[in-house]
Amino acid sequence: MNFGVVVFPGTWSDCDFHYVISEVLRQPVRYVWHRDRQLDDFDCLILPGGFSYGDYLRAGAVAGRSPVVEALPEFVAKGGLVLGSCNGFQILCEAKILPGALMRNECLQYRCQSTHLRVENAETPFTRLMRPGQILKMPISHGEGKFYADPETLRRLRDQKQIVFRYCAEDGRVVKEANPNGSLDNVAGVINEEGTVLGLMPHPERASENAMGGTDGLLIFHSLLGSLVEDGSFLKR
Amino acid sequence: MSGAEPKVTLDLALASGLTGEEYDRIIRRLGREPTFTELGLFSALWSEHCAYKHSRIFLRGLPTAGPAVLQGPGENAGIVDLGGDLALAFKIESHNHPSFIEPFQGAATGVGGILRDIFTMGARPIAVLDSLRFGPAQDPRSRRLIEGVVSGISWYGNCFGVPNLGGEVGFAPEYAGNPIVNAMAVGLVSKTRIFRARAEGPGNPVFYVGAKTGRDGIHGATMASATFDEGAEERRPTVQVGDPFTEKLLLEACLEAMETGAVLGIQDMGAAGLACACSEMPARASMGMEVELSSVPQRETGMTPYEIMLSESQERMLLVAARGREEEVRRVFAKWELDAVQIGQVTDDGTLRVRMNGAVVAEVPVKALTDDAPVYDKPTAPPGWQDALAAFDPLTLPAPSDCSETLVTLLGSPGIASKAWVYRQYDQQVGINSLVMPGSDAGILRIKGTGKAVAVTTDCNARFVYLDPRAGAAMAVAEAARNLAVSGARPLALTDCLNFGSPERPEILWQFKEAVAGIAEACRALDIPVVGGNVSFYNETLGQAILPTPVIGMAGLIDEAERRRTQWFEQEGDRIALLGPPAVSLGGSEYLWVMHGKMAGGLAPLDLQLERRVHEACRAAIAAGLLRSAHDCSEGGLAVAVAESCVSGPRAIGAAVELPDDGRRLDLALFGEGPSRVVVSMRPEAERHFERLMGEFALPWTWLGRVGGEAVNVRRGGETILSVPLEKLDHAWRHGFERHVA
Repeated sequence: MNFGVVVFPGTWSDCDFHYVISEVLRQPVRYVWHRDRQLDDFDCLILPGGFSYGDYLRAGAVAGRSPVVEALPEFVAKGGLVLGSCNGFQILCEAKILPGALMRNECLQYRCQSTHLRVENAETPFTRLMRPGQILKMPISHGEGKFYADPETLRRLRDQKQIVFRYCAEDGRVVKEANPNGSLDNVAGVINEEGTVLGLMPHPERASENAMGGTDGLLIFHSLLGSLVEDGSFLKR
Repeated sequence: MSGAEPKVTLDLALASGLTGEEYDRIIRRLGREPTFTELGLFSALWSEHCAYKHSRIFLRGLPTAGPAVLQGPGENAGIVDLGGDLALAFKIESHNHPSFIEPFQGAATGVGGILRDIFTMGARPIAVLDSLRFGPAQDPRSRRLIEGVVSGISWYGNCFGVPNLGGEVGFAPEYAGNPIVNAMAVGLVSKTRIFRARAEGPGNPVFYVGAKTGRDGIHGATMASATFDEGAEERRPTVQVGDPFTEKLLLEACLEAMETGAVLGIQDMGAAGLACACSEMPARASMGMEVELSSVPQRETGMTPYEIMLSESQERMLLVAARGREEEVRRVFAKWELDAVQIGQVTDDGTLRVRMNGAVVAEVPVKALTDDAPVYDKPTAPPGWQDALAAFDPLTLPAPSDCSETLVTLLGSPGIASKAWVYRQYDQQVGINSLVMPGSDAGILRIKGTGKAVAVTTDCNARFVYLDPRAGAAMAVAEAARNLAVSGARPLALTDCLNFGSPERPEILWQFKEAVAGIAEACRALDIPVVGGNVSFYNETLGQAILPTPVIGMAGLIDEAERRRTQWFEQEGDRIALLGPPAVSLGGSEYLWVMHGKMAGGLAPLDLQLERRVHEACRAAIAAGLLRSAHDCSEGGLAVAVAESCVSGPRAIGAAVELPDDGRRLDLALFGEGPSRVVVSMRPEAERHFERLMGEFALPWTWLGRVGGEAVNVRRGGETILSVPLEKLDHAWRHGFERHVA
């Protein structure tokens, strides 16, 4: 499976994703510059964390209009998968590839901490190795991660099982105290209708080695790799 | 020369921070009156901030050599060998003055400046740490400063993409008008690709790279070389404005340009901007430099040569490239959408020649600006208050009626309570190297691909330094080294940030002299060289000087990352021991301050040879896999150290401790502070091996008790002297900072 890690000016989780994919998963991976539109070589693109273009406008607003992001819909239409984490999620929302918006954290401060996530949909290419209701531990690091969607959109997201992860307590209860940023309905990650583009605020690449405090993030990568083997849908390109 | 510039007079020289004597010296050196631009150059480069004129003669006493040292003081950062191809660059710097005037931008640009110091050396920053001091926590003005400083650090470091691995936050009334904001950065560099701030080779092009120049921060270095009066807010224009995004681009572009081999030397334009870079770079190589200021990328119109030379606009570098390879440099910076403009070249005449549209506006020997800056040997005198402070006996105060309540109060005091409120605002993991994040004695980073790890810490107990500058400063070095030892690391070198009041006052300069001597003594005894640092004088407002605060930043190596240790207890039934001497004092203790509002008394003795043995024994026990946890016993004494080991881990766990029945007053036994002490825990099976090992090191030590239970219990002579439910301690410690500060 060929991974591409997209680099915008101001991206900083690029090297971390690259490291996990190449050194932990031993999969082929290359960096993709933000000006590139040629994405045919890749099976899965990662939009990593960081402050693309400084995020001096809304987080992800400028990157959401960059050449590489403009090329994403075609990439996805051809069967490619996209994983956006942190700033990547913000960019995908800004580009309207994913529904909703990510607003300033309710506490008005940046938050870097460990969080627990409940798996709400284990039938996506990104989560197929997880159990529904499984609890994952993954850190967050952001100032603008409060998910918002209008009531109708939220209802649709629920109905279509597009909410993939929700912040929860260690024991799995989805409660206010476990919500680190004030996200609507504790939403931590959502997927597009086709199930090919996942965005989440937490950092799976920071939870992919025991030395880093846990390996729950690997479940996402292994699901992706498993999807490739079992399901040819995005090999059709 | 430009006709529009003001006439240079003695009054103008005085107004720009020079003394009459210094002005005469400039005239003698040049053989004429300086031009307006030249006066600006001298006022900046001869400022205390750039020239270290009051401190230099004392700093000469610091040991700077050692087997691991690849770069000592005098460059943008010090560098130590990590073995193999890798080396570690690190440095600490102050941004106190700007942070008082404008806390958010002041602290943010402090982080930006220290990061540039690291990547100019060719190193990729892998961590920052921050040592902060404020006035009393309950004072609303302190709260405003804390919020501003922490969010400034958070904003800059997070956007740039460097993890924050620790530091300190302390409080004392003396910092109310002068907070301390020291930032340390650490970077990883290939030994074969270390860059230095030298302008070599006549004819080589000089490039200006990075952000454009504006009128911000003009005279920042001069501002940082004076005390504050009531009008401090008016100096807001001397504070620079940071742009962490541009800094991130500058990092990537600089490292990529260095990779091409076209870069020969590079210096950050920090304090005193172009003036400093254009004179220090050629001075280090005994060269000269010519620059044309109309070529400097500017974001404002009508800037004068004086303003362009002295602007402290951030995120800029001066770079000397190899002649003929200019295109390679331009191409890299164009990719990152940054300016890279040739503004001049290296010359061999030892002169800095500054032109504006072809006309020479300054022509000064670079050595006159740098090496020939004045060095003062000013009078020092012990302050009148020193003896009375030391003579105070804390045991003349009443003993606490309830030691349990005292422990809860101490654990919840802002100096001791968890600093999670601060560090959860900082990214602690980007780079995925953070093995131990803030909240233990030292931050620990793995070095990918080597199995090794680096431990980093900053330390200073300023109360100790105030009461006994020499011993207190030595204790700061000892504590930093101890924090590394308890993590399993061997110290490689240190960087110091010496924050003091006005050196023009003999008693302040005495504090400085004594503190530097104390650092030197400890460095020699513990074999830790000083590879760089920063002096920040004039930390005074309306005549109130800060406590003398020589912050020690230290980095150490753990050969096997797997063997690292943290400070918290982990397992019920583990045995607890105390390494080190029994001697403690309530003089200068956290207890004395929190419970009695006093800062006085004598310090416990520091035996540096014993200190060293404690570190060695600790490392040996960790390397042998005997210890489950190890924690430096410092502020708050033994009771607080044990309680911290109980509550600071991922899971709170109790402890039962039995103190030796030595008849000491309970407050002294529980909360007395002394150097060279470490609280460790281990599996019961490790006991015998541990006892043998301690015997080999001929160390004073004692068994203390066992980990476990739902409380912290302390007994002495068969009697319970302290007992607090774990939940209560945990709550006090976890919420204490926020309760006082937020």
